[in-house]
Amino acid sequence: MLSGPLVVAASFLYLGLLFAIAYWADRRADSGRSVISNPTVYALSLAVYCTAWTYYGSVGRAAATGIGFLPIYLGPTLAATLWVFVLLKMVRISKSQRITSIADFISSRYGKSHLLGGLVTVIAVVGVLPYIALQLKAISSSFTILIHYPDVLLPGVADTLPVWQDTAFYIALLLAAFTILFGTRHLDASERHEGMVAAIAFESIVKLVALTAVGVFITFGLYDGFGDVVYQAQQAGHLKTRLVPEGSADIWLSFSLLSALAVLMLPRQFQVAVVENSGENQLRRAIWLFPLYLLLTNIFVLPIALAGQLEFAGIGVDADTYVLTLPIAHQQQWLALFSYIGGLSAATGMVIVETIALSTMVCNDLVMPGLLRRWRNQAPSMDLSRILLLVRRGAIFVVLMLGYSYFRLAGEAYALVAIGLISFAAVAQFAPVMIGGLYWRGGTREGALAGLSAGFLVWTYTLLLPSFAKSGWLARDFLDLGPFGIALLKPQALFGLEGFDEISHCLFWSLTLNIGAYLIVSSLRAPNAEETTQATRFVDAMKHDRPMVAGLWRGSAEVTDLVSLAGRFLGEDRARESFAEYYTNVRNLDKDAELPADAETVHFAETLLAGAIGSASARVMVASVVQEEPLGLDEVMDILDEASQIRAYSHELEIKSRELEAATAKLKAANVKLLELDHMKDDFMSSVTHELRTPLTSIRAFSEILWDDPEIDLEERKRFLGIIVSETERLTRLVNQVLDLAKIESGHAIWTSSDVDLSEVVRQSIDASEQLIIDRGGELQLNIPDHPAIVSADRDRLMQVMLNLLSNAAKFMAKDSGRVEVRLQRQQNMYKVTVIDNGKGIPEKLQPIIFQKFRQGIEGSANPMGTGLGLPISREIIEHFGGRLSVKSTPEKGAIFSFVLPCGECGADAASDKSGQEAES
Amino acid sequence: MRQSKLLRQRLVVIFLIGVLLLFSPLIALPDRPQLLFGLPLLYLYLFGVWLLLILAMAWVVRGKANE
Repeated sequence: MLSGPLVVAASFLYLGLLFAIAYWADRRADSGRSVISNPTVYALSLAVYCTAWTYYGSVGRAAATGIGFLPIYLGPTLAATLWVFVLLKMVRISKSQRITSIADFISSRYGKSHLLGGLVTVIAVVGVLPYIALQLKAISSSFTILIHYPDVLLPGVADTLPVWQDTAFYIALLLAAFTILFGTRHLDASERHEGMVAAIAFESIVKLVALTAVGVFITFGLYDGFGDVVYQAQQAGHLKTRLVPEGSADIWLSFSLLSALAVLMLPRQFQVAVVENSGENQLRRAIWLFPLYLLLTNIFVLPIALAGQLEFAGIGVDADTYVLTLPIAHQQQWLALFSYIGGLSAATGMVIVETIALSTMVCNDLVMPGLLRRWRNQAPSMDLSRILLLVRRGAIFVVLMLGYSYFRLAGEAYALVAIGLISFAAVAQFAPVMIGGLYWRGGTREGALAGLSAGFLVWTYTLLLPSFAKSGWLARDFLDLGPFGIALLKPQALFGLEGFDEISHCLFWSLTLNIGAYLIVSSLRAPNAEETTQATRFVDAMKHDRPMVAGLWRGSAEVTDLVSLAGRFLGEDRARESFAEYYTNVRNLDKDAELPADAETVHFAETLLAGAIGSASARVMVASVVQEEPLGLDEVMDILDEASQIRAYSHELEIKSRELEAATAKLKAANVKLLELDHMKDDFMSSVTHELRTPLTSIRAFSEILWDDPEIDLEERKRFLGIIVSETERLTRLVNQVLDLAKIESGHAIWTSSDVDLSEVVRQSIDASEQLIIDRGGELQLNIPDHPAIVSADRDRLMQVMLNLLSNAAKFMAKDSGRVEVRLQRQQNMYKVTVIDNGKGIPEKLQPIIFQKFRQGIEGSANPMGTGLGLPISREIIEHFGGRLSVKSTPEKGAIFSFVLPCGECGADAASDKSGQEAES
Repeated sequence: MRQSKLLRQRLVVIFLIGVLLLFSPLIALPDRPQLLFGLPLLYLYLFGVWLLLILAMAWVVRGKANE
């Protein structure tokens, strides 16, 4: 059922589907919902790296060399890990400088040189055009094979159809139409081609699914899984030699290196990875998703290759076609058709993107400079935007037709079928100047020219011409014997370097001479002002978000001139809009403000134009409408130095101001504390003086009375003198206590710590106070164990505390039926001493107050002899030794004063008990 | 893409590991005609290392996206 018309219809239907997808994606982008801003779509678009050469050729390589098809995919996988450095920088630079192609990138970097851009374009076209032809050839061959279903077509039997019957020709025309429609929508070539990228991403899915479908069919349909295929192949003798990487490690290495470079340097890769990038965040997913795609694509390659060898053993079917001929051989017509569509996908994807990339370069870097040179003298003021579009579209058409012609002319020639790696080697010549341009400031225009020329020449001599010779287009003499018989100059064994395959050999020589010439010629002179400016913009692109831009230009210009210049290439409305946006968004000015164009505006105009016609041409055009005073190198260096100094200073300033803030905060906190302490000191001073004054007043008063009246009787005299004595005692006590407290609080008190028997201290203090209590009509109750209670403390101080507590109890116990109870108990790791009286008690509100200095609880109620310092001092003492002093009291029910001390013999546990005490009291 | 130094360092490490496993003499080790699980040893090794590298890259990049 599979016939010519059906296949043709399927092909055109598929292309129609592509058109539809591209149209849909463009419409969505116009309404603001971009499809290609999705990182997965971006990663899939990178898979345009896998062309028909992957789809068909991987199996061919696997059949011939075993694992030798892998380096082409392993290289890019490893390169992807470094993309966060290289690709990210390229994307950032290209977005800010509106780079439209790889030629533009290189020419812009080295001083916006037309010559350099032109050279890069020539190398790209020469290197890649045959690769495009190969895709068309694949389409044509696969079509021919398919329509011969159910016979399996052998190579050599394929009759090449005349052009007007050749489907590939019509497909090429359709592809030209597609590319023109979806690739030249904007005048600004640095803008994204939403529809095209969406179509490419779709194609990546199709080719992966098709290849996997064929793989699954073969592995699990024809055989019983991977193991079965391998086993059978091994039995038939196909397997044993399949595992060694093609005999030498250097091929493994050099092919990987080559592919790692090509995955960014190929014009189509630069186009999708850099120009079509929607945002730096897309790189995140692409870094691993793209290698994953490569891995998935290659899973079934080996089984297919082995199955093909088993199937067609001895028949001589071209291994490159196994992906198609195996389904055919097993009567799977729909699978075969699907496989053909997969191959068509792979080929058309490559052709579309590569054509866009090449035509942009041809237009901006070959044609436009020529046109501009003609017009510089005439300065036509007509609308150049239409001419621009025309040139672009013409370039697309010409590139495709050239590709097709090459395919027709070359046929089965070596120069076509082996072109894959040869193309890689050609674009690899861009790598030194690109990478050097990203990280080294020293490259000059001449250096880049020298490097590229040297690399290109070596490539031509060691790869391109030999491929012509192997195709029979040139005499083989120069290949086998060297030119003019000079053996040392044999193209594929230069200077006697023998024993390498042609690709590794070329790679070595071309990169060596490329890098060498680049470095040496760049060192012949220092970079000039323009090169230095661009070098800074490129090399420092990651250092600041808004790269320091203007200030590197001096001159005068009128904004209207710039706007009209831009209008000539981008269309008037577009130009006006862009400028207005620039004023409001970037410069925060009123969009109608009248300004002379300053350096920043000129730079903006140049960048705007660069998107349309390339950096070098944009430079030329802008220079023609402004009066520029070219900056000398010294001035440029001064400005750059100043800028970098300013940056360094402002960074330092930031650090300093942060430190200052921290210091201020600390000072504020310290100040607050000081004020607090000051307050406390004032309070203390006033309290103390008040307390001292009271007894002094009494002493004075009574002393004066005695002095004034010598006739006073003895009883009175004794009474007054008694008061004076006790007030003096009180004063002494007060002063001692104040001193004591001050010493304790300032940390100057002398504490001695030793093992003290708490029960003995308690008993002693009771002995001392007993009389006082009895005198007041009270009763004393004791509850003290007999055994010793050792604590680590100062004995005198403990006595002080006990006396204080007991005297308080005595003072406040109930009149006439006063009772004081003293208890000593052990609680876990502590000893607790409790003094209970049955006085009036202390209301809850006042309980914390009594421990404050000079406070005595209910004001004025009980104890005119007290100082108000006893309890605070006791508390300090107890707390110093790791204990707690507290009170429990209910009004009318007396007061319970208790303190706990860690027991001395408990040893290590004592220290950790501090927290236990907090919980306990 | 906000990149932390750590992310970049980790990717360089993965790169170096990949170079070591795939492009140093280490690759001669699995290069034997034996089969493992019915598949050529070298094949398994290469695809295994490949997959591990990809997973490592995915993990490193994802991990940083949540910061």
